Amino acid sequence: MTDLADLTITEAGRRLRDGDVTAVDLFEAVRRRATMTEAELHAFLTFDADGAAEAAAEADAALARGQDLGPLHGIPVALKDNMVTRGVETTCSSRILAGYRPPYDATVVERLRSAGAVVVGKTNLDEFAMGSSTENSAYGPTRNPWDPGRVPGGSSGGSAASVAAGSSFAALGSDTGGSIRQPASLCGIVGMKPTYGLVSRYGLVAFASSLDQIGPLTRSVDDCVTVFEAIAGHDPSDATSYRGEVPDVRAALDGGLEGLRVGVVTEFSGEGFEPDVEANFRATLGAIERAGATVVDVSLPSAEYALSAYYLIAPAECSANLARFDGVRYGLRLDGSSVEQMMSATRRDGFGPEVTRRVLLGTYALSAGYYDAFYGQAQKVRTLVIRDFEAAYRQVDVLVTPTSPTTAFPLGARTDDPIAMYLSDICTIPSNLSGHPGISVPTGVDRSGLPIGFQILAPALGEPVMFRAAKAVEALAGFDARPALASSEGAA
Amino acid sequence: MTWEAVIGIETHIELLTASKMFCGCPADVNAEPNTNVCPVCLGLPGALPVPNERAIEWTVMLGLALDCAIAPRSLFHRKNYFYADMPKNYQISQYDIPLCADGHLDVETDDGVRRVGLTRVHLEEDTGKSTHLGESGRIHGSEASLVDFNRAGVPLMEAVTEPDIRTPEEARAYAAELRAIVLALGVSDAKLEEGSMRFDANVSLRRAGTEAFGTKVEVKNMNSLRSLQRALAHEIDRQGRILDDGGTIDQETRHWDEERGRTEPGRSKEESSDYRYFPEPDLVPVEVRSDVVDRLRAGLPELPAARRGRFVDSGVDAGNARHLASDDLLAGIFESALDAGADARAAANWLTGEVTAWMRREEAEPAALSGEHLAELLALIDDGDVSATAAKTVLEGVLSGEGPPRTVAEARDLLQISDEGALVDAVDEALAASPDERERLAGGDMKLVGFFVGQVMRATGGKADPRRVSELLRERA
Amino acid sequence: MPVDIDIAKVARLARIGLDAEELERYGAQLGDILEHAARVQALDTDDVPPTAHPLPMVNALRSDEIEPSLDREEVLDQAPDRDGPYFKVPAFLEDA
Repeated sequence: MTDLADLTITEAGRRLRDGDVTAVDLFEAVRRRATMTEAELHAFLTFDADGAAEAAAEADAALARGQDLGPLHGIPVALKDNMVTRGVETTCSSRILAGYRPPYDATVVERLRSAGAVVVGKTNLDEFAMGSSTENSAYGPTRNPWDPGRVPGGSSGGSAASVAAGSSFAALGSDTGGSIRQPASLCGIVGMKPTYGLVSRYGLVAFASSLDQIGPLTRSVDDCVTVFEAIAGHDPSDATSYRGEVPDVRAALDGGLEGLRVGVVTEFSGEGFEPDVEANFRATLGAIERAGATVVDVSLPSAEYALSAYYLIAPAECSANLARFDGVRYGLRLDGSSVEQMMSATRRDGFGPEVTRRVLLGTYALSAGYYDAFYGQAQKVRTLVIRDFEAAYRQVDVLVTPTSPTTAFPLGARTDDPIAMYLSDICTIPSNLSGHPGISVPTGVDRSGLPIGFQILAPALGEPVMFRAAKAVEALAGFDARPALASSEGAA
Repeated sequence: MTWEAVIGIETHIELLTASKMFCGCPADVNAEPNTNVCPVCLGLPGALPVPNERAIEWTVMLGLALDCAIAPRSLFHRKNYFYADMPKNYQISQYDIPLCADGHLDVETDDGVRRVGLTRVHLEEDTGKSTHLGESGRIHGSEASLVDFNRAGVPLMEAVTEPDIRTPEEARAYAAELRAIVLALGVSDAKLEEGSMRFDANVSLRRAGTEAFGTKVEVKNMNSLRSLQRALAHEIDRQGRILDDGGTIDQETRHWDEERGRTEPGRSKEESSDYRYFPEPDLVPVEVRSDVVDRLRAGLPELPAARRGRFVDSGVDAGNARHLASDDLLAGIFESALDAGADARAAANWLTGEVTAWMRREEAEPAALSGEHLAELLALIDDGDVSATAAKTVLEGVLSGEGPPRTVAEARDLLQISDEGALVDAVDEALAASPDERERLAGGDMKLVGFFVGQVMRATGGKADPRRVSELLRERA
Repeated sequence: MPVDIDIAKVARLARIGLDAEELERYGAQLGDILEHAARVQALDTDDVPPTAHPLPMVNALRSDEIEPSLDREEVLDQAPDRDGPYFKVPAFLEDA
């Protein structure tokens, strides 16, 4: 019999409403799984057992009263620790926020709670979401449930590892350059970045404001749709929040691939792409074509510049976004004989090397005399990337790429080579620059048994066709492998 | 060597909106410390700004009052620098596309009207306030500082002039006129001493008759119109002496020390600032549509210059017109006094003279005085019912809330004796009381008219009309 | 393109107090990254407008209404140092 912790949200919700299980049962299953895996995986920074147990009991009481808040009612979910939670420590994996208890909840947290979800805790990430391996955490790395010697990807590595390991049913991540999709790919789950503006960023600790977007990590496309529907929608507290209707992603969800035009981005293959990743990608394309879709090659000529533009825009925005961590109002403070020295010392000790690197890079890229050559030029490249996408979407309904050029890599393999690490995000970054939605669906494993993800991209507000294609690809791939979890209960 | 000063002024003006620029906290800087704060204005992680629509409209109104072009599409930028009372360590401000640009303000000076160009009027957020602990209470030599973030995020307009100003007097006239406009618009209380309106001036000197600019010095910390004028006069003098001695001017920021009457250099030789402006990614562009501009333009109140012109046209001299136009309450009394038939010049004289003196003395508003009251008082004087001296006492009574002028004059027994018989009796009594003087008067010594008028006025307690008394004396001598 | 970086000035602007060894290390790393990032300069973008936002939106504003502020104690509770109702910081060296 399947452990409750391995159910999808859809199955768990059915059994909850059938009276087979309670929300407390679901939470207890997740808690047991966390106890079993956490010592090794370290997916969580904070596991709020008391708060979650209380929320689960309340969810059961509400259902008993006949109050059903919808498909997330009683479902244990995890939050990446860059979404603020009132009274619950929120550190962004940074020493500079050690012990910080925010006085308010992020909009997505409020939305999840009002949808009845049980928030189980805060997951590990690369410090301030800067990284692709979850190794840049001041509190230690997260490990991949498929192979604890390897990284889970990042920066939402804790969320991805937790969902893959069953210590939550779903988790929220944030995606600035691929930080949801890449770890989803490396952990064999579904991860989705919505159209920029569809999900409120209020309460998401900003990395790069014009690129950041919150999205779900789940074990099925159906679950992904469920979480997306719960968190999407206009928020007057976020001036960049989309004011129109959230597109209806249910209506055409089961429409299949028949008649869809699928574009293969030719730039994302060859050098740097592992043969097993390419083989799986080609095999999936074949299945897509046989299922009735038209598959054509499409070029995004400016894609090769997207990574460079991203590594100017994101650090520039982060250099300002992270200026507020100064030891005055919250978080870490080191002594200093003047307020200026106090700030300099606090920021030196409070930020890890990758954050320091990007803050310095962004400061430089914005400084007098360099703005036009770097930041200004990068913003123009962004326009070219958007034009490329628009041209492509005149020919096809969705674009597809491997999510990541490689499967999960060993811990430490890329920590000394920032540029190699940055290349992990080459397929995901263009859609952050354009603000378009993207999803990663697991479609197989490599020769070492490590999961491979397949990325589907759609135009702005193209979530309906993106989810429709994703669901069909999920069915074609029939990927139902689960990591073989080593029990670390003794250690926990 | 003759030097010409080149002056530009940057003015920061706190808006009187109910809420702050980017959040719903009250824009009340005088509340208990750190009570008007929220995640947004405290710069807590995750918080996002949403602009206050009224603050945008008010800035456009000031732009229109200064004949600026209103940008159809304007942007907010981040201005990056670290300062402990600035929560995000960047200020949301405007950079290359401000809401308002290319305006001007005509300023009246002793040398006639000067046109001062306005480069821009933009909108930004204020910082918090720091109190420096230690002996001096000043930033220099303090041991620690206490920070209150109530002011952080209060909407702040910044109006920047072209370097068109040439003298401290012009600078003061510009500042006074800008303040009068802001008050007329009702968008700020514009209190210089409390910092809700703050002036910074850029000053450089060049040889008279040349075009190129000299090295400029920014002068800060002038918290009255008078100190603005004094600070500029001092700074121009200081720079002139250095240049006369063959020295060079350092580009720096200097602070005006009101007590010592001089400008002092800032403490740090700061690296030339590099604010790393870039478009604020948390905000989207602001489009002020032409119908909104039209609505705001139509809703502009009468501006001080127009009001002054109207007052001058009604017969008031320029100085009094300026005074009246700068005070809404006095201007209102003046206008309703004219409606009630008062003479413009006389009404203006009373308001800018006695009424203003009373306001200063009592530190009170002339709330009890209506235009009808003023018109009635002027009529009483004209009709000889009260003397000019007694009228001042009557006015005080009216201002103190004792009622209309005639009621006050009656109650205080200040009405002049209008009964001719009583006046004749009083004159006869005075003549009888001083027979020697009466002889000399009768003998043609007209100097004694004054003596007897004085006697009559004393005997009647000042209620006799001295002109009529004088006539009667001449008849009887 | 070789990139010339005054890393000490950049660190000062960013208010990160690095020592000489750290400055040198970060300076070298930034040089490498910028050399890669400078590829954007190869594109001809003379007639291309910059994109600051992925979605074209304007006028996301709020009406001038007061909303509840935070509880002062909850806020000051997070402060590294306080003095009564104030946040407390070491002395300012520089003027604003």
